[in-house]
Amino acid sequence: MTVAIRNLTMRFGEMPVLEDISLDVRDGEFVCILGPSGCGKSTLLNIVGGFVKPSAGEVVIDEERVTGPDPRRIFVFQERGVFPWLTVEGNIGFGLFRLAEEEKRNRIAYYVQLVGLRGFEHAYPRELSGGMKQRLEVARALAVNPDVLYLDEPFGALDSITRLQMRRELLRIWQTERKTVLFVTHDIEESVQLADRVVVMSQRPAHIQRIVDIDIEHPRDLSSPRYIELRDSIFAEIGLAHQV
Amino acid sequence: MVARFYGLHVLNCARLSETSGKFLPLAGIALFLAVWQVGVALHPHSLVPGPLAVARAIGELAVSGLLFRYVVASLFRVTWGYLTALLLAVPCGIALGLSRRGEEAINPMLQLLRPISPLAWIPIAILWFGVGDVAAMFLIFLASFLPLTLTAMNAVHNIEGVHLAAGANFGLTSRQLVRSVIVPAILPQLIVGMRITLGIAWLVVVAAEMIAVSSGLGFLIIDARNAGNRYDLVVAGMVLIGAIGVLLDLMLRRLEKLDVVRWGWVEAR
Repeated sequence: MTVAIRNLTMRFGEMPVLEDISLDVRDGEFVCILGPSGCGKSTLLNIVGGFVKPSAGEVVIDEERVTGPDPRRIFVFQERGVFPWLTVEGNIGFGLFRLAEEEKRNRIAYYVQLVGLRGFEHAYPRELSGGMKQRLEVARALAVNPDVLYLDEPFGALDSITRLQMRRELLRIWQTERKTVLFVTHDIEESVQLADRVVVMSQRPAHIQRIVDIDIEHPRDLSSPRYIELRDSIFAEIGLAHQV
Repeated sequence: MVARFYGLHVLNCARLSETSGKFLPLAGIALFLAVWQVGVALHPHSLVPGPLAVARAIGELAVSGLLFRYVVASLFRVTWGYLTALLLAVPCGIALGLSRRGEEAINPMLQLLRPISPLAWIPIAILWFGVGDVAAMFLIFLASFLPLTLTAMNAVHNIEGVHLAAGANFGLTSRQLVRSVIVPAILPQLIVGMRITLGIAWLVVVAAEMIAVSSGLGFLIIDARNAGNRYDLVVAGMVLIGAIGVLLDLMLRRLEKLDVVRWGWVEAR
């Protein structure tokens, strides 16, 4: 499933937020949208997800213009998106109301297993850690077998160790399920670790500053010269020297 | 606010049950009864009855069958007035909470009606429904409908945007969205509102029964005074009202323990 963003422009009142953004995402590709906080990258993802109407331009998915949210393309919020009144099973099964009972049960069991929540099927989100809630939300999204996943800084609220584990999990799941993924982040390292391509956004009003191909095989060696070279080129692109 | 208040409340309860169980509450009641009895003994010519006289009066009511009849009569009116209000107020409140324009149109009127005591409606209730059960139930309905509607409306405003967005993303129809997201999301706040409102309804039924009907605990109080200054029966009525009020509250408080609503006041994040 390909995502085509065509000449997207967004203004809030008089304030321009996004300026003429065009981007083609290939089927099964993992694309990171990277930019400074408040640059409008979340707005971009919300438009692509169909939650916000753009001021101009359009998003076309497999020849079909996006007019609203769609269960074939699931948006993953930070872990706040899980429903606190449902158990782990209830959350994963939330989007499966069209399936027969047995199919639904199998699907739930499979994704509980996939995201490592075995034994917590009947737990409520308040009993889970932040990382577990995040995996639960990813599982809820994957369970409806969407073609595309939109992730909006999904690991932003996690501690750095959990964040690393979550990235590995996400890559593992992406390699099994081969979804098209759009992943918004402000974390340069994260984008270079995950993406096939990193789309670097400018300050507001945001336009695409540069697109960087990450031509390293998974699993990626974070101390390899190529990784460091790509990472530093993005640091430079954003105007940061890689020094503290 | 409410969540924090309840968090605190739960803590207090936990502390209480850890340290003394039922001893302190019982000791407090015993002390109150003792002070009451001594006070009455010091004023032998007062019409105010002591606790023993009140206990005898409750026994007298129980034996004559009036106790059961009046309690059932009062509960009957509260149940129907309150349940009707609940069934109408929740959909109204949800609709107002979801529709900005509907809220703009109707909320000012609700705010205007809110400060009017339900008791002020007694003459109109009698005018419309005559003296009888329906007038009393109407008053309870009025007393319950506004607070429940406002609770549901505000609870809808407090729903997390991401939950509504997630519901829409999974392709729910509006009906499914109401059932699977909106109702469970407002339930914790709604139950708190239901408790407070049932308390109000119980206050109102007593007042309504003093004027609009000839049975029930409110009628018992006013009748015992008018028909021969039986202040022991008056206070017996008061004690029964208090006890039943506590039981009603305990009943609704059990709802707060349900798993589907506990997230509302157990700090989840």
